[in-house]
Amino acid sequence: MTALVLGTPWGEVPDLLLPALGETALMVGIVMAIVVALGLPLGLLIFNTSPGGLAPNRTVNASISWIANLGRSLPFLVLMAAIIPFTRFVVGTTIGIQAAIIPMSLAGIAFFARLVENAVREIPPELLDVGLATGGSRWQIVRSIQLVEALPALAAALTLNVIAMIEYSAIAGAIGAGGLGYLAVNYGYQQFDDNIMISCIVLLVVLVQVIQFTGDRVVRVLSH
Amino acid sequence: MIEISGLTKSYGATTVLDGIDFRVDDAQIAAIVGPSGAGKSTLARCINLLERPTTGTITVDDRELTSLSRRDLRDARRQIGTVFQSASLLRRLTAAQNVALPLRYLGLSDAELRLRVRDLLDRVGMLHRANHYPAQLSGGQRQRIGIARGLALQPSVLLSDEATSGLDPDATRSILDLLTGLRDDLGVTILVITHEMDVVRTVADVVAHLDHGRIVESGAVADVVRRSDSTLSRALLPLPPAPAEDTLRTWRLRYAADAIDPRWLARAGRELGTDIAVLAALVEEAGHEQVGRLTVGVDAGLDDRRVAEAFARQGIRAARATDGDVELDEQAIA
Repeated sequence: MTALVLGTPWGEVPDLLLPALGETALMVGIVMAIVVALGLPLGLLIFNTSPGGLAPNRTVNASISWIANLGRSLPFLVLMAAIIPFTRFVVGTTIGIQAAIIPMSLAGIAFFARLVENAVREIPPELLDVGLATGGSRWQIVRSIQLVEALPALAAALTLNVIAMIEYSAIAGAIGAGGLGYLAVNYGYQQFDDNIMISCIVLLVVLVQVIQFTGDRVVRVLSH
Repeated sequence: MIEISGLTKSYGATTVLDGIDFRVDDAQIAAIVGPSGAGKSTLARCINLLERPTTGTITVDDRELTSLSRRDLRDARRQIGTVFQSASLLRRLTAAQNVALPLRYLGLSDAELRLRVRDLLDRVGMLHRANHYPAQLSGGQRQRIGIARGLALQPSVLLSDEATSGLDPDATRSILDLLTGLRDDLGVTILVITHEMDVVRTVADVVAHLDHGRIVESGAVADVVRRSDSTLSRALLPLPPAPAEDTLRTWRLRYAADAIDPRWLARAGRELGTDIAVLAALVEEAGHEQVGRLTVGVDAGLDDRRVAEAFARQGIRAARATDGDVELDEQAIA
């Protein structure tokens, strides 16, 4: 095949690249929705059951903390392989976007929970006293003080997490998950298609830069 | 009214507060003073039950707090406004939103809330800064917002934990005027935790000296400042430094202006048949009274008891000064 040496003509690159970008965006989008929905409460729970939190509980804290560490202790590729039976159980398949979403979400939740915990820990402890002393319930304090004061830090955490998920989506490309990673590995690497490889790299770099730039702007706007 | 009775707080083997008994009557301003590490902040945190006392009771307006359930405690805390050190405002909320926080917790409607917040900001003179963020306010302005927030639930008791520390003298003065106004206009009972003696002298009706977790001295400020030999009175009104005189014996005198005849110095001198040298003197207001303090030199040949009696007859409390008294004054408490 001549394509092996010549690579995809530049004019045809967008036809491959754009759907792949769409798949990456879809994968990261779904994963981030799951990550925020589960990682945010988990992070708040880890902080608030810790000694400086609103409901200190050593046992609960140690248990959730251990689970969160579990999700972060394995390299993503290993985690992905290790939980194949679980993935099959949940989505019924071990390849494709659906299958990638499960390990990506697990790793993402564990990562985001830690970021949330750190963001909330940065709030001066007196502010929690303010909430308690002015008659706030714990739930009111979480909503009106912790989430409000930590918002810039949470936005920064979200940015970091989105970028990490783009990276994971590329790794997930190895199990045929589609997206830019799949394209780069299957065309760029295995078929020596330099044009595709270079396009993927440039697109990923631009994507990450744009997300980081946007995230930084949001953080600045949110901080007073 | 705040009544603290037999209050003890321990962390493991460390006792931070040890048998505190203290009472503040309605519409009084009380000050708790003491060196850092004496347990002042722990005491403040025990009063609004941010810390559970190990033993003892805290009674605020006839409600005993230590026995309350979590739910009732939330309600009881609303009667105690707290002004925190350096205001502790939420950075991402405007002044008005910060003041509104306790009212939101209470579940007030937006319309009611706006009205109340307006009143509160007006009371602390910050209406024109309602939409400013804390970062755009000065330390004194932030503290005013902190006080407005403390008053939001119309508490009968206001707890102020080092509210003026770190403020410049003008800002301190205006915050203290504000506190005095709250006592006089609204009848709020105020407990001030401070290490600044100026604050005690300016606003307090009663004072307690906390050291190593115990109250070592307490009383009405007006009474304390008349005591000639107490650490607290020396700390409240330190004597001015006086030059040493070889032929004279140094005495420290103290009087309240309402208890003496203005001609006391000449009279005491005449009785002793000697000229009394005034080495240093200060008259200041403390606890709503003019209090005078002098360091005088009296002929060393005279009998100490006779001198003390001559001063006592004029209504003056006198004590022989010893070396190092002046340094003692300065280090006594703060």
